[in-house]
Amino acid sequence: MSLDALYREVVLDHHRNPRGREPLARVDAHGHGVNPSCGDDVTLELSLDGERVTAVSVRGHGCAISTASGSILAELLDGGATVADARRLAATLKGLMHGQAPPADEELGDLEALEGVRRFPVRIKCALLPWITLEQALDGERDGAPVSTEDAERGERADERDGHPHPGA
Amino acid sequence: MSVYALGEAQAAAQRSVPRVRDRFPGLGRRVHGQPLVYLDSAATAQRPESVIRAEVDTHRHHHGAVHRGLHQLSAEATELYEGARARVARGLGADRAEAVVFTRNATAALNLIARGWEPHLRAGDEILLTEMEHHANLVPWIQLARRAGVVLRHIPMTEDGRLDLDRLPALLTDRTRVVSLTHVSNVLGTVNPVAQIAAAARARGALVVVDAAQSTGHLPWTLDSLGADLAVMSGHKCYGPSGVGVLVGRPSVLERLEPLEGGGDMILEVALDRATWADVPHRFEAGTPNTGAAVGLAAAFDLLDELGAGWIRDHERALTGDAIERLSALDGLRILGPRDPDGRGGLISFVDPRVHPHDLATLLDQRGVAVRAGHHCAQPLHRALGIGSSTRASFGVYSEAADVDALIDGIRDARRYFA
Repeated sequence: MSLDALYREVVLDHHRNPRGREPLARVDAHGHGVNPSCGDDVTLELSLDGERVTAVSVRGHGCAISTASGSILAELLDGGATVADARRLAATLKGLMHGQAPPADEELGDLEALEGVRRFPVRIKCALLPWITLEQALDGERDGAPVSTEDAERGERADERDGHPHPGA
Repeated sequence: MSVYALGEAQAAAQRSVPRVRDRFPGLGRRVHGQPLVYLDSAATAQRPESVIRAEVDTHRHHHGAVHRGLHQLSAEATELYEGARARVARGLGADRAEAVVFTRNATAALNLIARGWEPHLRAGDEILLTEMEHHANLVPWIQLARRAGVVLRHIPMTEDGRLDLDRLPALLTDRTRVVSLTHVSNVLGTVNPVAQIAAAARARGALVVVDAAQSTGHLPWTLDSLGADLAVMSGHKCYGPSGVGVLVGRPSVLERLEPLEGGGDMILEVALDRATWADVPHRFEAGTPNTGAAVGLAAAFDLLDELGAGWIRDHERALTGDAIERLSALDGLRILGPRDPDGRGGLISFVDPRVHPHDLATLLDQRGVAVRAGHHCAQPLHRALGIGSSTRASFGVYSEAADVDALIDGIRDARRYFA
């Protein structure tokens, strides 16, 4: 198991020069996610024009993997993605973390570079954090509590028990 | 044979680190193809063969229900379990075995205290904690505050990671009913002046609780030396099994503590609508206990006695001092807590400005080096220091200078990798 599978050059580049770190002037959707196992957190903001994402900001404190994952998220959504695209990409990233092949016609961009995280199970939460925060922002859950990678992982495991095994998980 | 029976030269040889390491089979394995360098003893210590054997022998040869059966196996199990209690009491300097309550771990013991002392508290009473507590000594009190309306106060920290005792007089008042604090910080390594704080607390009539999870097995302590009414520890952090911990208390205080769990083995007499409690400590041990773990914990105290508290302390202080010096030489690395190894236990947490703790831990793991990365169940402490997480290297009786070499090499390598 090589470290370079986890920290691909693309990932390291996003870590060193993360995209979409600037706060937005107009915030139409907002999410806050935490990884209780390490204390990392992500704040995510979206500007929306109807169903279209017009601007993204991903900020927070995180390791190279969560920073790169957030940066890739910002890059993928910034080119005029729709809310449906955003949800589909989040589902694809989650699938990748559980060894599922992405849909053949999906434009993955740099998301593909996170595929190696799957082989480091303790780091999967790091890659998930920005994406579950995105889902929270899109769901508009505003009860004040941050979304947690623990809940996300528990949800995934419950899915497996319910008869939807993830190949390679 | 105890080292006390050997000549001093032989005793010293017996306690040399290579000989000590031979007793810990877990240290012999390889991780990712590299020899294991175990620097996570503050999370859980490796177990010596003697502890593993004591536990397995109990399961293999003496397995029966304690305090229940009239048959031979039950009698043997009871004798082993109660013998372990007496052994642990001796290890903690308690004059009676009944001072020792077996719990699941230190966390369970703290929950028992926070629940069990509730009948003596009223809304508006104050509980004094510190900013450097582990979540185990924060959350049970937060739960108590929600239930009973008590007010939580916290002794803040100084910049170098000590308790700010200048603030104590303002925080410790006639309303303070409980003072609960850690002996050694699991992040900063700070050895707190518990006896001094305890004396002030007792002068106010407050109950003194000490979380000794991080000091047991590293620094010798007794209830008297701490000035505590109650103290808690976890077996697995001092070379014993997991699944067993201890609440040790003054008899008069344990008598006033309400049992948290009801059930078998904790009663004197039960009718359908009422029950009376068994004597201390049995009233706190409802249900069939973890006999093997208790016996294993007794074996861990045998090891600690054999190596000697003085040797253990000297060994860990020397390693910690050396490691602090060498880590300080790494440009920009921020070491949390006091610099002087005399005021610290055998652990060091640090923050590298260039490599996040998770990334560092993954890179170290690839080299076979096990450290802890994250907030170490002390989020308020990290927040007070203005950081989210840190990396922690912690030592045990088996740690050696080569472990520090591997850590330093690993950090250097990680810095190159992320440069």
